[in-house]
Amino acid sequence: MQTVDLSSSFFAVFDLPVSFDVDLGVLSARYREAQRAVHPDKFAHAPEAERRLSVQMAARINEAYQVLKDPLSRGRYLLELQGVALDDADTAFDAAFLMEQMELRERLADVKNSTDPVRQLHIIADDIAVHGKLLITQLASLLAEASAESLQQARDVTRKLQFFRRLNEEVETLEDELGDY
Amino acid sequence: MALLQISEPGQAAAPHQHKLAAGIDLGTTNSLVATVRSGKVETLPDAQGRHLLPSVVRYRETGAPQVGAIAKQSAISDPRNTISSVKRYVGRGLADICKGCSCSEYEFVDSDSSVPRIRTVAGDISPVEVSAEILKNLKQRAEETLGGELTGVVITVPAYFDDAQRQSTKDAAQLAGLQVLRLLNEPTAAAVAYGLDKGSEGVHVVYDLGGGTFDISILRLNRGVFEVMSTAGNTALGGDDFDRIIAQWLIQQARLDPSALSAGQMRAILLEACRAKEALSDTEAVNVFLSDDAVADSSVWRGELTRTRLNELIDPLIKKTLSSCRRALRDAGIDVDEIEDVVMVGGSTRSPRVRELVGDFFHCEPMVDIDPDKVVAAGAAIQADILVGNKPDDEMLLLDVIPLSLGIETMGGLVEKIISRNTTIPSAKAQDFTTFKDGQTALAVHVVQGERELVSDCRSLARFELRGIPPMVAGSARIRVTFQVDADGLLSVTAREQISGVESTVQVKPSFGLTDGEIETMLRESMSHAKEDIVARMLREQQVEADRILESVASAITADAALLTDVERTQIDIALAELRKMRDGDDPQKIKSAIEALNAASTDFAARRMDASIQSAMTGHKVDEF
Repeated sequence: MQTVDLSSSFFAVFDLPVSFDVDLGVLSARYREAQRAVHPDKFAHAPEAERRLSVQMAARINEAYQVLKDPLSRGRYLLELQGVALDDADTAFDAAFLMEQMELRERLADVKNSTDPVRQLHIIADDIAVHGKLLITQLASLLAEASAESLQQARDVTRKLQFFRRLNEEVETLEDELGDY
Repeated sequence: MALLQISEPGQAAAPHQHKLAAGIDLGTTNSLVATVRSGKVETLPDAQGRHLLPSVVRYRETGAPQVGAIAKQSAISDPRNTISSVKRYVGRGLADICKGCSCSEYEFVDSDSSVPRIRTVAGDISPVEVSAEILKNLKQRAEETLGGELTGVVITVPAYFDDAQRQSTKDAAQLAGLQVLRLLNEPTAAAVAYGLDKGSEGVHVVYDLGGGTFDISILRLNRGVFEVMSTAGNTALGGDDFDRIIAQWLIQQARLDPSALSAGQMRAILLEACRAKEALSDTEAVNVFLSDDAVADSSVWRGELTRTRLNELIDPLIKKTLSSCRRALRDAGIDVDEIEDVVMVGGSTRSPRVRELVGDFFHCEPMVDIDPDKVVAAGAAIQADILVGNKPDDEMLLLDVIPLSLGIETMGGLVEKIISRNTTIPSAKAQDFTTFKDGQTALAVHVVQGERELVSDCRSLARFELRGIPPMVAGSARIRVTFQVDADGLLSVTAREQISGVESTVQVKPSFGLTDGEIETMLRESMSHAKEDIVARMLREQQVEADRILESVASAITADAALLTDVERTQIDIALAELRKMRDGDDPQKIKSAIEALNAASTDFAARRMDASIQSAMTGHKVDEF
């Protein structure tokens, strides 16, 4: 694992402390100010080399903002900074979580057979949202603790969150298929 | 007291000069050009006082093509040579065009080039060339009205245009001799024109239903920054489709055999359908008739179309647009109740039924204050005025997104997304890939755009190869593929083998676009005295770029000399002096080299200045926050 220079981290881009706790209002205000300083529209009549530079810088600011504003990608990124890698191929989970996933997936598969599929789908989406919120609260406290053990636990929570994220994408696909309009 | 600055002899800074800039709405049905004059934005009329230029081009055996109203008059008498709605074909392959069921209107030829061409009496013409004719006409109109050459233009494109369609639009501008400052998404342009930056903070929706395209954009406005949260749409859905569906109904009612209709008759029926549709915006029922042009035997068919019947016909199409609206809301993570208002753009939003259904969907009365035909060009003109440098202190900033995900093909014909839809641009993202076979020395990179998982369901943008990878065991090479999308939404791709450093880069040229060579040939053909003209043009281009960099570096030194070491300062001064000398010569190549030398000497300085400006922006904000 490479060591990452924290002074060039996405947090540093917005002059924020490296922490899971981010004030989204402050983040987006600073994001807009940073873009105001470097966006290509401010360099439209500048020489080509400067225009290129502005595209690169604006792209980095966009990426930093994108990663930090979403709790899941922010959590992943913090773990990466701490040298905790997430292997996508790793599929080991505790039994309770697997049961829960299976149950949700079964419900999702049954949606089309229900009398009111759209309503059924919204109930599932709400359930997923509740699970997601709970996991994000856990992630916040584990990352704040930052012991070797809690980081490993944070890693598992992040992987679970990714599972829910994927499930949510399936809900959206199904929603598109069901939509009368 | 601050010391006043005095410039060196012979180098007095030019007084602030107002540069001519324009916004162009290159529409499916009509096109417009607008500009900002004395602080007011206005669309420019032609000599007859008409603001809308019908996007119709008629090719003739001899003489220049006709553009606009005069060409439109020949739509029925000379249908094969009179091209309308060409925007539907730009950046598209033949298979896609035929899917749109409009094939019968023109004779498409599959040429050696990947770009489909339309057979006319003036030869086989690509859609890009047709668009260029429309742009040339507007350029001439603007330059005659404003009394000078345009420094640059902003051209609008549907937000949902893919990379190939954007690149083709830019190519058309190049053919027309226009300097494109930015491709701007139509809904974003409309938001600017509505002056939503003036105090209306919050979330706004722009619903843009034009002649051939539909876009929905959701924007958040905050202190002059327009942040597009999501966009969705359909580049093959618009008022034209309303006309087609009404035309089908007319054919059915008149008991005509659709396969027996000539191109001219078909055009006549479509025109009648369009007339009926427009009339029904103001009345409950309209008489329709198909004259001798359309009905082969001399009997004239008469009938009536009611608004109720019209609504039944077009409802399925409107519902398709609402389905995109729902997706855009979801992608933005926004509830309907959080929306401040809905801005209606595009001629098709004149339809009362469209307004009614959109109002119901968003739980609010749609805003229709500005002429929906002119609002996009007006927004583009405001942006052009800022980009060209006429309003250095303007606070407005547009942060737009890419409409469709970008990715590459992996084993098994699957798509790996690298940049996902609704990512704010500019954007850069890298991902590592590896080889599939032992000893594999080359890698085929296939760039695609779209949301589906299979390559065959996405749009193919470009293919290129990375060669010269040292033979290794399968899976041990590390090939980093980097996607960069610029502020116009255009993609370039780099592939680099990390261990050996072998690299390959492409500026993505769309599979269905013109090659650089083709564009150059067309440009060459369009000039009368080819050789001298090209040299003169190159010289002028280099001089413009030289002036740009001279001015930029000089003002950078004035502002931030403290960021330079003595050595750097000396190097920059030498490069500056050299470029000033070359700029007044007549060798474009020498100017170019001197520009590159100055660039090399000043790039670190420019980067440091940008860093410093971000830092000071952050510091400024802290003061605000506490």
